[in-house]
Amino acid sequence: MGKTLYDKIWDEHQIAVNSDDSSLLYIDRHLVHEVTSPQAFEGLKIDQRNIWNKNSIYAVSDHNVPTSARDQGIEDKISKLQVDTLVKNCKENNITYFDLNDVNQGIVHVIGPELGITQPGMTLVCGDSHTSTHGALAALAFGIGTSDVEHVLATQCINVKKAKNMKINIKNNLRAFVTPKDVILYVIKKIGTSGGTAHTIEFAGKCISDMSIEGRMTICNMSIEAGAKSGLVAFDDKTFNYVIDREHTPETKHIDVATKYWETLRSDANATFDSTYEFDADLIVPQVSWGTSPEMTVDVTGNIPDPSEIEDPKKRDAIARALNYMGLKPNQSIDSITLDKVFIGSCTNSRIEDLRDAASILEGKKVANTIKQAMVVPGSGLVKIQAEKEGLDKIFIDSGFEWREPGCSMCLGMNDDSLSPYERCASTSNRNFEGRQGDKGRTHLVSPAMAAMAAVKGHFCNITDL
Amino acid sequence: MKNKIISGQVIPINQANIDTDAIIPKQYLKSINKSGFGKFLFDSLRYSRPGTLDDYEDREPNMDFILNKEPFSKGKILIANDNFGCGSSREHAVWAIKDFGIEAIISTSFADIFSRNSFKNGILLISVNKDVLKKLFKEIESNKEYILSINVLDQSITGPKNLTVRFEINKSDKERIIHGYDDIAITLKRKNQIIEYEQKMKKNKPWLFNDE
Ligand code: SF4
Repeated sequence: MGKTLYDKIWDEHQIAVNSDDSSLLYIDRHLVHEVTSPQAFEGLKIDQRNIWNKNSIYAVSDHNVPTSARDQGIEDKISKLQVDTLVKNCKENNITYFDLNDVNQGIVHVIGPELGITQPGMTLVCGDSHTSTHGALAALAFGIGTSDVEHVLATQCINVKKAKNMKINIKNNLRAFVTPKDVILYVIKKIGTSGGTAHTIEFAGKCISDMSIEGRMTICNMSIEAGAKSGLVAFDDKTFNYVIDREHTPETKHIDVATKYWETLRSDANATFDSTYEFDADLIVPQVSWGTSPEMTVDVTGNIPDPSEIEDPKKRDAIARALNYMGLKPNQSIDSITLDKVFIGSCTNSRIEDLRDAASILEGKKVANTIKQAMVVPGSGLVKIQAEKEGLDKIFIDSGFEWREPGCSMCLGMNDDSLSPYERCASTSNRNFEGRQGDKGRTHLVSPAMAAMAAVKGHFCNITDL
Repeated sequence: MKNKIISGQVIPINQANIDTDAIIPKQYLKSINKSGFGKFLFDSLRYSRPGTLDDYEDREPNMDFILNKEPFSKGKILIANDNFGCGSSREHAVWAIKDFGIEAIISTSFADIFSRNSFKNGILLISVNKDVLKKLFKEIESNKEYILSINVLDQSITGPKNLTVRFEINKSDKERIIHGYDDIAITLKRKNQIIEYEQKMKKNKPWLFNDE
């Protein structure tokens, strides 16, 4: 019987099968950030344990860092202590750390692929749920909690049960102005936030094979929002061209052998999946989330749902509750939703391609004067430099956007960038949970292009109409 | 044979998709400690205003919220609807639940990382089917002081009015709850196996290792 891509990477890394049918899986790369690691390092110290392989670890501060006035350090004392703790832990253990003023600093899921730390066929973990992002490079990547961070630091392994195989096939190509973000929001809307539970999802089909690596990252990033353990896309020429010539890419002398292995990183034609979905890219229009769960999403041409029309009482209550939290009315049209803030950034949509998309919409236009704040937070120092080379920063600033330093920023608002109560935000991030971007804040998940257009209009509108 | 019995007041929260952002809001993730998160459990529902790590004491409790009401404030078993613990991987969510005094959670399904984090910290998660969950919610509605007793070894839940529910749990999770394990020590027993694998890979895929 054929193997799926997931089966292949799994088998390559499985050291042993445990009595409870979990497996001892070897981990090639471990990315570490300031929020989920201090207790893990502390645990090692208390038990006097060593780090198994410091060379497999790369650390960066991203969640809790300021996105302006970097030269003045971190003002918030508690945040500073957390970042300093990571610096200290990395120093003590001789771990590579990208300092706040390093051009390589950025959101952990942006810098991993960008620096060539993430490579096809690897297993990669990070104490962060959006680790699934790295699956776009045909790597098996998943998020772990702090106990597991400690476990991987100490043993280079994790005990984990194999997930089931799911395939999501997306045929045809995307229409103009429809982006990978719209694809993944559409998929989550269709299969639900627990649709992928206990599965690893492989994304395939013409739409995916024609998509850039950056776009695939957006899709794999949010596969966790569909409940999946990981997202994956098969290795192809695009992957090869992306991976080659990056700072931490395999040395030239290894490339031929590596490529031979990489070429095997696709599901066999006769592989079987536990479940399969088929979608048509041609039918996808820009998506806007209206509620407090990513599955609460509609077409930009659609309306807010009416709970009174929903039969299932649990669903009805959930919708009513979300509408109340979001301050929206049943049947309201999407283009009638006016915004207070616009955030372009996060590990979902802060790569150069995303910024180009947004800038192309903003060129020669101004942010509506009803918008209190519009900001662009590039995913990394390298993205920032590239954007500045292309003059995108000028377009953003001229239109009225703030141009910030890299980090997670308003995606979760652990630093100063957050929503005030009841403020409504068009955000290119991945979660619209209650309070995610700030206490009582209201988040609408959209693509960078849709966010840019909403900034100009002051409300959502269908960019495909323009 | 060693066993574990978890017995106590039930806290019913009949909502689906309760995410880890709701269980513990992000401002508390700035802590570098593992303890003291119980007072921040469900923080944004529990208090009149958001707190921070250095400013949380003089807040009004929101008396409508279940954790602020008797007898729930001393509850030990949480019952919630589908897909509990979705969202961020923050283990702080589990640390908050544990620190509050909750020892078991009953739902129809749990998010994956949350589930791993829970068992690692000795929190028992029990998945039951929709009908059982519905029944439990219904009974609690008519009887606030609702005590359940969970026998982990027998895999059974018993409650008022002769209620008995059997539940499934995988062997390792069960043993983990009963005995409490040091996972790292267990894995390190296989040190030689890991080294052997590593040596093989250094030969087959040398590019994966940065120490050449
Ligand atoms: S950008 Fe947002 S989702 Fe991504 S790692 Fe940072 S906080 Fe998490």
